[in-house]
Amino acid sequence: MSGDPMTNPAILVASQVTRRFGGLVAVNKVDFTIPEGAIVSLIGPNGAGKTTFFNVLLGVIDPTAGEVLFRGRRMIARPERIAFESFVWVLPALAVGLVGTLLGATGIVGGRGLALVGFAAMLLLVATLLLGIIRPVSYQKWLERLGIFRSARPNDMVVAGVGRTFQNIRLFQNMTAVENVLIGMHTTLRGNLFQALFNTPGAKREEFAAERRAEELLALVGLRGKGNETARNLPYGDQRRLEIARALGADPKLLLLDEPAAGMNPKETQDLVALISKLRNELGLTILLIEHDMKLVMGISDRITVLDHGEKIAEGTPEAVRKDPRVIEAYLGAPAV
Amino acid sequence: MSVVSDLPTRRPGGPTMAQRRSRLREISSRHRSWSILIGMIVVGAALPVLAEIPPFTLAQPANAWIDGFTNAGVFVMLALGLNLVVGVAGLLDLGYAAFFAIGAYTYAYVASPFGNSILGIDILGALGGPEKAGIIFWPMLLVGAGVAALFGILLGAPTLRLRGDYLAIVTLGFGEIVPIVFLNSDALTNGTNGIGGLARPALPIVGGFSGIDPWLYYLTMLGLVTVIMMFCYRLIESRIGRAWEAIREDELAAAANGINTVVAKLMAFALGASTAGIAGVFNASKLVTVSPDQFGFVVSFTILAMVVLGGMGNFWGVAVGAFVIYTINNVLLKVLNQFFDQTGFPILKDIDFIQLQFLLYGLALVAMMLLRPEGLFPNSRRKRELHTAITEPEQDELGTAEATTEEGQR
Amino acid sequence: MTAVPATNDAGRARSGAGLRPLLRLLVPVAIVVAAWLYMGPEQFVNAMTRGAIYALIALGYTMVYGIIELINFAHGDMFMVGSFVSLSFLTRLGFSGAITNVGLLAVVIVATFVFSMVVMGLIGVLIERFAYKPLRRAPRLAPLITAIGVSFILQNVVQLFYGPFQTNSPKIFPDTWFLQFAGARIPILSLFIICVAFGMMVALQLFIGRTRLGRSMRATAADRDAAALMGVNINRTIAITFLIGSALAGAAGVVNGLQYGVSRFDDGFQAGLKAFTAAVLGGIGNTVGAALGGFIIGFIEVAAVVAGYGRWGPAIVFGTLVIVLVFRPAGLLGQQLGERA
Repeated sequence: MSGDPMTNPAILVASQVTRRFGGLVAVNKVDFTIPEGAIVSLIGPNGAGKTTFFNVLLGVIDPTAGEVLFRGRRMIARPERIAFESFVWVLPALAVGLVGTLLGATGIVGGRGLALVGFAAMLLLVATLLLGIIRPVSYQKWLERLGIFRSARPNDMVVAGVGRTFQNIRLFQNMTAVENVLIGMHTTLRGNLFQALFNTPGAKREEFAAERRAEELLALVGLRGKGNETARNLPYGDQRRLEIARALGADPKLLLLDEPAAGMNPKETQDLVALISKLRNELGLTILLIEHDMKLVMGISDRITVLDHGEKIAEGTPEAVRKDPRVIEAYLGAPAV
Repeated sequence: MSVVSDLPTRRPGGPTMAQRRSRLREISSRHRSWSILIGMIVVGAALPVLAEIPPFTLAQPANAWIDGFTNAGVFVMLALGLNLVVGVAGLLDLGYAAFFAIGAYTYAYVASPFGNSILGIDILGALGGPEKAGIIFWPMLLVGAGVAALFGILLGAPTLRLRGDYLAIVTLGFGEIVPIVFLNSDALTNGTNGIGGLARPALPIVGGFSGIDPWLYYLTMLGLVTVIMMFCYRLIESRIGRAWEAIREDELAAAANGINTVVAKLMAFALGASTAGIAGVFNASKLVTVSPDQFGFVVSFTILAMVVLGGMGNFWGVAVGAFVIYTINNVLLKVLNQFFDQTGFPILKDIDFIQLQFLLYGLALVAMMLLRPEGLFPNSRRKRELHTAITEPEQDELGTAEATTEEGQR
Repeated sequence: MTAVPATNDAGRARSGAGLRPLLRLLVPVAIVVAAWLYMGPEQFVNAMTRGAIYALIALGYTMVYGIIELINFAHGDMFMVGSFVSLSFLTRLGFSGAITNVGLLAVVIVATFVFSMVVMGLIGVLIERFAYKPLRRAPRLAPLITAIGVSFILQNVVQLFYGPFQTNSPKIFPDTWFLQFAGARIPILSLFIICVAFGMMVALQLFIGRTRLGRSMRATAADRDAAALMGVNINRTIAITFLIGSALAGAAGVVNGLQYGVSRFDDGFQAGLKAFTAAVLGGIGNTVGAALGGFIIGFIEVAAVVAGYGRWGPAIVFGTLVIVLVFRPAGLLGQQLGERA
């Protein structure tokens, strides 16, 4: 990364993102871009809508309005006509069945032919149902042409290149550290059912390589040699690091960290700041930090965005934000809900 | 069955160099398949010997024992398959017998005169009469698995997109409906009487299997159980198996790590169904007849009880559980009935123990969930999971709260 | 998830301007009229009676699901036990045939309802206390498996006492009483059952909507932890939910005995499955939806009989369940929350 990362092209563009819950507007028309290679932060007092916004970016909840582009592709928007998608699955099989019934009624095909038609209809139904579940990109594009749009799901976002950690750690507590990272690497591994059943050399090779890679990632976040510890037995700070290592497993381009310093002591926080800088500088990751606490983000952010009551009230360099009277008011003055 | 404790641990403990670890792992994972093979050979050899030893010979003759073991083996296969669904992926399938039925009827259509007449193709004739036609049993194992998997996808695809609980009720309904469909479509399935005269399996040199001598069936059963067991272990040690365990532990976190949870769950569901399909083909070829009453809800329930009692997630435990429960049901309870009838023991002689078995299952399921949710032979990770959740509610509280709201917001 | 009685608000919010509210009213009316014309008044009433039983059972499913998100598989069997409780009560009192004295009949029927509902309510609370409560924070699979275990226990305990065959229930309501209507003979019993069911549903709705306990039930359903923080006694609220749900199953059992006059240990299985379908059809967690769903299932079943496909009834109901899950997973009245609802 050379020069000011803020001048890089945007990796993520969120425009006019709005989310309502009943009468409550949790996020209101927020515009937000993240330049590639930058560390940007989203802060705001409790209940400012940070987590809702974050969940919209990740496909956990759908926005009521607005859209999110990731690397130029429209990933998240208000769902449109999703109820019609069911018809896409059912209609082809229904049509075949109907034609078969008609042919049977006219006596053109006999019993055996009818059985074949029925079987064909069933296979068709299985195929369309599978299509609706696996959702290849071409299928989604075709749906969009029909006016049916469904936001990317959390797993689609990972495939697209967005990694995340959770505010309250959600590791697989009963698995070892290595296994946690291996699950994080799920999308980068190719092993299919056949390879697994017959334990092919290719599958074995991939598994060994994956395990080595997992160890590397653990070493990167500072957990060298702790691969065989069960996640729940790791100290709190290490669990936070493990979550980052797990997110790195999917080779993300953008890493979203949800209050990574929550519950950490000053020393741990300091180490975390160093780790975040390292991730950006060594891996070239783009990072979005969500924080409640301003102190952490001031030191490392290229840009800070402040949310309050669901609206963006300030955006700029840490210096500028620190001095912004509206920010000061949001944090100190008017009591936040 | 001391094999349970002798299983090689997958990842040796303590910090070691990555390379050494992976080499060790290679040996141990190769060792796994061998250990299953050796274990099955030992068990398969020991059982017939047991059948010849006094306390067992009193109950029934050796051949009846071998036959009983073979039937128990069918339930072992079913329990292994259901364990994949319930124990590993954490999906509650309450209509598992339906897939068993689908496998059995698939074989019946291909390997019986009635079935052939329905299909309009004389498969038995083309293969040289019912004696030789048994050769078709072997490819039918795969076909049965495939057809059952197809129905599994058909049922799972609409349901698995929804909350987990819906699967339980939909499978419950499916398990109820499939026998009803087989019962009511008289013209196609011969209704209540079912389809009889199925071809017994045959092998090129050995010849056809016999209804009197149970040995060939016994050996086939051992082979099938071994293969299924190996496949199960390989699956759970693969990328796919890891995804299942991740989903079971925390579905949102699994999705946040790029796992397409619906695809993974559907895969578990379909693979479980196909295992039941294999068991169905085998069982049909053994009984030489299929009828709707073989596949009622009690069968699904029995298999579920086997999985829960054996220890969800642990394949050896589940296999042992299935075997023991089947044997208790079909031998011990009968023997108890006979014994108390003959001795005229007060009160006990009036109790029909066979009728009691389902009450006992019900009580066992509830007691197990409350007292020892990990089963009699627990899977260590599953045990931790089940116990933390119960004993440390505080730690879980925030997580659950968030999960519900996050899902609810959609 | 949706609070138990959220329908009103949700309905109002969704039915914006334009033709939709009119359509929403017209379509059901058209369906009811079509059903009446297709099956005739006698079968129509029959469908309503059946639907009333399913609706009463479905209410229990939906309430329990709404509050602890558990599919209580044992609930169908609670209905079956309820019919045996009322049957034993009547037999013990020495009734075996129709009671023609209206006064006595009224007293006996009220007593049967009260007895059966109280007993079933208590059984429901006991089951909750010992089988489900310890598992409240356990993985979801655990209480589901427990529920299926409880279901089997109930079935087999009843089988132990009453045997595997049908047991006759005293048909105390004279089946010679008819109402002449539009050239058809409508049994008074059916009308009585429909009225009782409607009465109970209205009472339940009022209870949930107007009372303090009802409010704590809604709060618990919406967010258990928050409700606890606001001082709602969660354990008591859940117990009361089970009490009411099981009492309604008991009432359904009484009604079943009056109407059909026979009971068997495995009656609850099919009825439970259909009632659950009704609850999903109406939108699980939603009490009005459950009642509506119950009647719809009743109509589907009777229509199948009229069309000559009676023995395919269960298969048709199951097909309905799958179709609802594919096209409208949140049910007719539930909030459409998208795929993961």
